[in-house]
Amino acid sequence: MNDLLAHYGPFLLRGFGMTVLCWLLGTVGGMALGLAIALIQRYSIAPVRWVLRIYIEAIRGTPFLAQLFLLYYGGPMFGLRLDPIPAGLLGLSVYSSPYFAEIFRSAFGAVPIGQIEAARAIGMSEPSIVRRILLPLGLVSALPAMVNFSIVLTKETVILSIITVPELMYQVQRMSAETFRYVEANLALALFFWGLVELISRLGRRFETRITKHLIERT
Amino acid sequence: MVRASSVEIRKVNKFYGPFHALKDIDMSIAPGKVTCLIGPSGSGKSTLLRCVNFLEEYNSGEVLIDGELIGYETAGGKKMSSRRLREMRRTIGMVFQQFNLWPHMTALQNVAEGLIRVRGMAKSEAEARAADALEKVGLGDRMSNHPSRLSGGQQQRVAIARAIAMEPRLMLFDEPTSALDPELVGEVLSVMKALAAEGMTMVVVTHEMGFAAHVADKVAFMEQGELVAMDEPANILHHPEDPRIQSFLRTYHERNSF
Repeated sequence: MNDLLAHYGPFLLRGFGMTVLCWLLGTVGGMALGLAIALIQRYSIAPVRWVLRIYIEAIRGTPFLAQLFLLYYGGPMFGLRLDPIPAGLLGLSVYSSPYFAEIFRSAFGAVPIGQIEAARAIGMSEPSIVRRILLPLGLVSALPAMVNFSIVLTKETVILSIITVPELMYQVQRMSAETFRYVEANLALALFFWGLVELISRLGRRFETRITKHLIERT
Repeated sequence: MVRASSVEIRKVNKFYGPFHALKDIDMSIAPGKVTCLIGPSGSGKSTLLRCVNFLEEYNSGEVLIDGELIGYETAGGKKMSSRRLREMRRTIGMVFQQFNLWPHMTALQNVAEGLIRVRGMAKSEAEARAADALEKVGLGDRMSNHPSRLSGGQQQRVAIARAIAMEPRLMLFDEPTSALDPELVGEVLSVMKALAAEGMTMVVVTHEMGFAAHVADKVAFMEQGELVAMDEPANILHHPEDPRIQSFLRTYHERNSF
């Protein structure tokens, strides 16, 4: 067991580092894309909204595994030739964007219309209203759902192993294949993920308490 | 004395689908005058008020602020640019039933926000002005509080300060005391009275008959989207001729007697 750890430990750690990196960048990318989609949906004309609606339904309606295969192996047919890591990051961003877009859409819808009208009534421009009123209030109410979906995404990163991104699942599969210690390898993987998720949810809760401090009515 | 606007409403109609919410409304408000809109709920008072700053789009007719059409380029024509609409709104203050303060900003930031974003003032100048406006409504000591730490009456006074800091020439009040506990109504009304005494043109949708009787120059009674009558307060509130007004006031008196 000690030999096993000594030999594969560094690989697993490096894999975990790659997992965290892919998760972080993919999630940030997905949030940015999702935010852009939600804002464009809110302020654009009907045809643009329909196109975005189709994008959302198509991405949500297909498995991530298939999307990633299409991107990595099908991309070159359309001149999109990506290395495994960039392909994985792009794939994660695209895959998560519609979920984030829906989270933001409903959060923006929950900002009381009166607070937007108050801004319009004093003559604020729509871009100012978005920046100063809609985003601060919308993002705060979106936070629990954002944290929740980010947690779901940590575990989607294992799928990146199929396009040979050297993340944790990739290292675990290598270790399994070389040693036949499937149980130990997957147990290690489970523990790594559990730790990561625990950390994210704690940070999320702490952040939530901090930013909602002024928004809770005290009577 | 403030520079005050006139409001001219001509043949204004508003539909929500098949529902006819405002029917050929005509109303003329001279600069510096206080007009109270009263009537049963659903009569179109708030809708009419919201047409004055075009938060509500009227379908036909004209609303003129100082002789200038708001919302449309020409009567019955296409909508005015959002830039032009924003310019017109800068001189029209509005106070809402639900206060609508921005909960993530302090009282001072709520008031300074418009001065910074709309009037383009530097933050320090905007905050000095905002502080003056808050002093004026008696909240000089609550400037750094967030709305969640203020009472309803205080929140509404911050909302009034937010409007007057912009130096409006016309103030619209949409049931400003209806969401307040009874003991907090007075503090808001007295701020409004002071504003009226400065010569501000004010249009006030209200159920406060006392305010209408004592402060308004004219009282307009609306029912089912129609302007039934507009006259001196005494003629509407004390000896109304129209049976619809009589019945409304009877209900009002019954509810408020004990």
